[in-house]
Amino acid sequence: MRKITKVLFKEVIYLMQKDFLLEWRQKYAFNGMLLYVSSTVFVCYLSFGLRSNALQVPVWNALFWIILLFTSVNAIAKSFMQENRGRLLYFYSIVSPQGIILAKILYNACLMLVLALICFVFYAFVLGNPVEDIPMFLLSILLGAIGFATSLTMISGIASKAANSGTLMAVLSFPVIVPMLLMLIKMSKNAMDGLERAASLDELLTLLAINMIVVTVSYILFPYLWRS
Amino acid sequence: MKKNWWKILTVLLLVFTVAVGMLSEVPRLAILNETIRNLYFHVPMWFGMILILLVSVVYSIKYLRKPSIKNDVIAHEAAKVGILFGVLGIVTGMEWAKFTWGEYWSNDPKQNGAAIGLLIYFAYLVLRSSFAEQQQRARISAVYNIFAFAALIPLLFILPRLTDSLHPGNGGNPGFNAYDLDSSLRMVFYPAVLGWTLLGVWIINVKSRLELLRQRIYENV
Repeated sequence: MRKITKVLFKEVIYLMQKDFLLEWRQKYAFNGMLLYVSSTVFVCYLSFGLRSNALQVPVWNALFWIILLFTSVNAIAKSFMQENRGRLLYFYSIVSPQGIILAKILYNACLMLVLALICFVFYAFVLGNPVEDIPMFLLSILLGAIGFATSLTMISGIASKAANSGTLMAVLSFPVIVPMLLMLIKMSKNAMDGLERAASLDELLTLLAINMIVVTVSYILFPYLWRS
Repeated sequence: MKKNWWKILTVLLLVFTVAVGMLSEVPRLAILNETIRNLYFHVPMWFGMILILLVSVVYSIKYLRKPSIKNDVIAHEAAKVGILFGVLGIVTGMEWAKFTWGEYWSNDPKQNGAAIGLLIYFAYLVLRSSFAEQQQRARISAVYNIFAFAALIPLLFILPRLTDSLHPGNGGNPGFNAYDLDSSLRMVFYPAVLGWTLLGVWIINVKSRLELLRQRIYENV
């Protein structure tokens, strides 16, 4: 048992290294997403046509999470589509499917975390920053990045098998991600109003529970997806 | 005849539900008035939907363990019947909400949860239709079915308890335990749940047999 865990751990590390290396060499996806985030934020700024701090708190919050949602759907959608057939076959023969899904989830979580932080900084810079409890808000961003990464990675695996995967990715992922999004919006709203932290404990625990359910289910189901 | 006793039971239960549900005495309450009878039609739709979607998930799991056309067809048909129950539940609920809450849709967490649950299963149908190859379609939609159901559990069972709801039994509104001093509502409610669920199972049964026959015809053509 211990040996298997060790092998799995090694595989995950190796696969993540490969993803980071590819990203570093191409810089295509990351820069693309960066531009995507900044242009979306800027478009929001222009279309609201406002000086900073003129947006109401709930609107600011909802807009932020919607931007982040679309960014993550676009960023994670490519995690299985970018791999070509030959490389997938090669992986199929040398590593276990569990290793692949865990590595992808971890890699996407890192990617989303960086993107979300950049998005937050830029968004706060352009549209004003009404957040009162910043550490708590950052915690909700952390949980959000991990949560989006876990559920969207599996969905992108499913969508990549189908014909029109772009549309499918959005259709499949939105309903699945809504519970998480509702919790996140509530939690970050609490942080923005500077409520005491115990008030967000329920949301925090629920988010952790949802994440755990999703990771476990992905871990169990991915081998079946991988086989085809 | 021996194998079909449950179909007779279904018919009897539903006749009982409709007749007694419409005619029997119900507690007289302000606002609710006669709409309390919706308990026999709206609430069983949700029970039925969840149970039938559970059937769908169970057959998806069975398909992944042992791939056969039969398991896939049952999972698909059950998901469709689950959607039918969900739509009926939403329609009966909205009609009821118009008279008691004043609006068809009042941003109630349970209403939203139900709508999202339906979206998940519509997505399931869209996913199914985007594959041409039968085995791949069956396997991948089974994976999505299980994954989506796992994501649906917090939505249906945890979120409504964290937030206030207008629904009876939530957010300080009394549930039907409080109205139901002499258990007369229960006498009809439990048979209604059983009856409607069995009707759903019956529909699944007929439709999946039809689908399996249709596939056999295609194979022989």
